[in-house]
Amino acid sequence: MEPILEIEHMSVYFTQYERGIRRRVLPVIRDLTLSVEAGQIVAVVGASGSGKSLLAHGILGILPYNSHMEGEIRYAGEPLPRERSAELRGKEIVLIPQGVNYLDPLMKVGAQLRKGSRDEKVRERTSRALRRYGLSEETEEMYPFELSGGMARRVLIASAVTGIPRLIIADEPTPGLDVRAAKRILGHFRELADEGAGILFITHDLEQALTVADQVAVFYAGETIEVASAADFSDVENLRHPFTRAIWRAMPEHGFHPVSGTQPYPGSRETGCSFAGQCSASTETCRETDLIPLRECCGGMVRCLHPGKEASL
Amino acid sequence: MKHRLQFAGKKLIRMALLLLGVSIVTFLLMCASPLDPLQTNVGQVALGSMSPEQVARLEAYWGVDTPPVQRYLGWLGGVLHGDMGTSLLYRQPVLTVIGQRLANSVFLLLAVWVFSGILGLVLGVAAGAFRGKWPDRLIRGYCLLISSTPTFWLAILLLLIFSVWLGWFPIGLSVPAGVAADAVTFVDRIRHAVLPALTLSITGVANIALHTREKMIDVLESDYVLFARARGESETSVILRHGLRNVSLPAITLQFASVSEIIGGSVLVEQVFSYPGLGQVAVTAGLGSDLPLLLGITVITSAIVFAGNLIADLLYGAADPRIRRGAARE
Ligand SMILES: Nc1ncnc2c1ncn2[C@@H]1O[C@H](COP(=O)(O)OP(=O)(O)OP(=O)(O)O)[C@@H](O)[C@H]1O
Ligand SMILES: [Mg+2]
Repeated sequence: MEPILEIEHMSVYFTQYERGIRRRVLPVIRDLTLSVEAGQIVAVVGASGSGKSLLAHGILGILPYNSHMEGEIRYAGEPLPRERSAELRGKEIVLIPQGVNYLDPLMKVGAQLRKGSRDEKVRERTSRALRRYGLSEETEEMYPFELSGGMARRVLIASAVTGIPRLIIADEPTPGLDVRAAKRILGHFRELADEGAGILFITHDLEQALTVADQVAVFYAGETIEVASAADFSDVENLRHPFTRAIWRAMPEHGFHPVSGTQPYPGSRETGCSFAGQCSASTETCRETDLIPLRECCGGMVRCLHPGKEASL
Repeated sequence: MKHRLQFAGKKLIRMALLLLGVSIVTFLLMCASPLDPLQTNVGQVALGSMSPEQVARLEAYWGVDTPPVQRYLGWLGGVLHGDMGTSLLYRQPVLTVIGQRLANSVFLLLAVWVFSGILGLVLGVAAGAFRGKWPDRLIRGYCLLISSTPTFWLAILLLLIFSVWLGWFPIGLSVPAGVAADAVTFVDRIRHAVLPALTLSITGVANIALHTREKMIDVLESDYVLFARARGESETSVILRHGLRNVSLPAITLQFASVSEIIGGSVLVEQVFSYPGLGQVAVTAGLGSDLPLLLGITVITSAIVFAGNLIADLLYGAADPRIRRGAARE
């Protein structure tokens, strides 16, 4: 099947000024490669600060003004420069954000989803989308602060289906929800994927990712370090990268072993594998090789010189 | 609604206490003033040629011989009966003097208030929207320059340029000198008010624009603007639909808070332009030890400022759905 989204060697840099004068370029995403097929849910799993949200903003072309992006993004087989993503966002490529603070606090829900249009057709489509998630006409007349947590989440999902989306980017759509509510939301994603959309599901919760995803891309300090199928996670021996194995062991049903150490802050590391500091299998070459490439390995992809080894536990 | 009334009631009590405090402070400052009312108002030479009885009568008139506490309580008792006393310098009821001067000033102050509010909001929103680009740098440069310029200095500069060199506007006063009161036209009044109004506006705009710019930047970096962009809203729509809406709430507060700055600024500016408004008469009363008049002016201007803040709070509650609907549901 033709991928709806292909990202190759994407990097995102921030330009910062130190003490007003010295310019510093801070890489926050390095050499990221990822692809999503229509009808597929690809989970991006990574710790806080690993660059997941910036990946989403990069695809949508809404990175902040002091940043720039390199590498290639293709959407439906064709390159996706900023102008094209500006054309497509909100229509074919949609974002489902994290929570209610992504809604304008001073504007009624209905008016926000209609984006200022007074068209009768738009009005009809909006209320249809809300109805689909069990939200009545009254919801349209509410302000965001009047929504419960679960309602807000459904409003945000409804905002994605006022049109016919082909690529849905969900950036941590479930925090703060209890397990049942989260499950229902994830069920909605499966449903949208079955209708033919490709879904990029961004989360820091591996366990949750595995309940719906077909593929899992593991993120560490701004790099994809492993791409595995969800099935690979049934046995730790199938996993390729020491970090993936470490977070597998950190899952409650696998013993809750915490991952020791923290990921390096962007820009603090010049060369070598970013995980080397936390990995017992790391060698001198791990720390000194300039850029370890992401390569094919046993049906998935891995960025490691010694795939299949364990991290220190 | 009941909630709102309670809120207003509490504020009114606080206002009464505040006005009491302001009058006491003014009174104490006046008592501590090194200026001797007789010497400044009657003159050293005239005093020397007077008989002791005449001097004693004058001292009684200026209240020099009354103990301060008794003097203050006398004034307060009068006010509580609705009598603000009689101005010692103008020999007219204080309320009449203030009324006349306020009528002169109100036109000026209102024009400044509206003009600097609207222009400040527009400039602030524009600077925030063009952050870092040349319109922003231009507006910010202007605001910083003006904020660091003393108002009276700016007034003198404008007076020099537009009245002395170009001769476009009169040098001072609120009406042409030597013209009968009923011959003064509306155009005359405007021509006399333009320069003082311009001075106060130029300074007022800077403050409002800088604050609005900060808020606009916050709004444009907010999560909800990010999501609006992600939904494909254009930059214009983001600024007009989300930016203006969210900036307007703090703008209300800012606009009413600026009342105090405009009144404060008018004291100096009216002095420079010899514009016979409330600001000018405040200076006259202060220097001339006209206690009833000065107390009257401070109390009335404080009340105006306080009323401005009260209106801002009430408007805020009516405009912010979180407060409006929140209170309705209680
Ligand atoms: N405007 C910015 N300027 C400089 N650095 C930034 C900026 N925005 C983000 N970063 C940095 O980029 C890195 C990645 O940020 P990002 O928001 O993508 O993380 P995330 O993986 O989404 O984290 P979380 O799970 O907490 O949402 C962080 O280390 C952050 O400090
Ligand atoms: Mg994030």
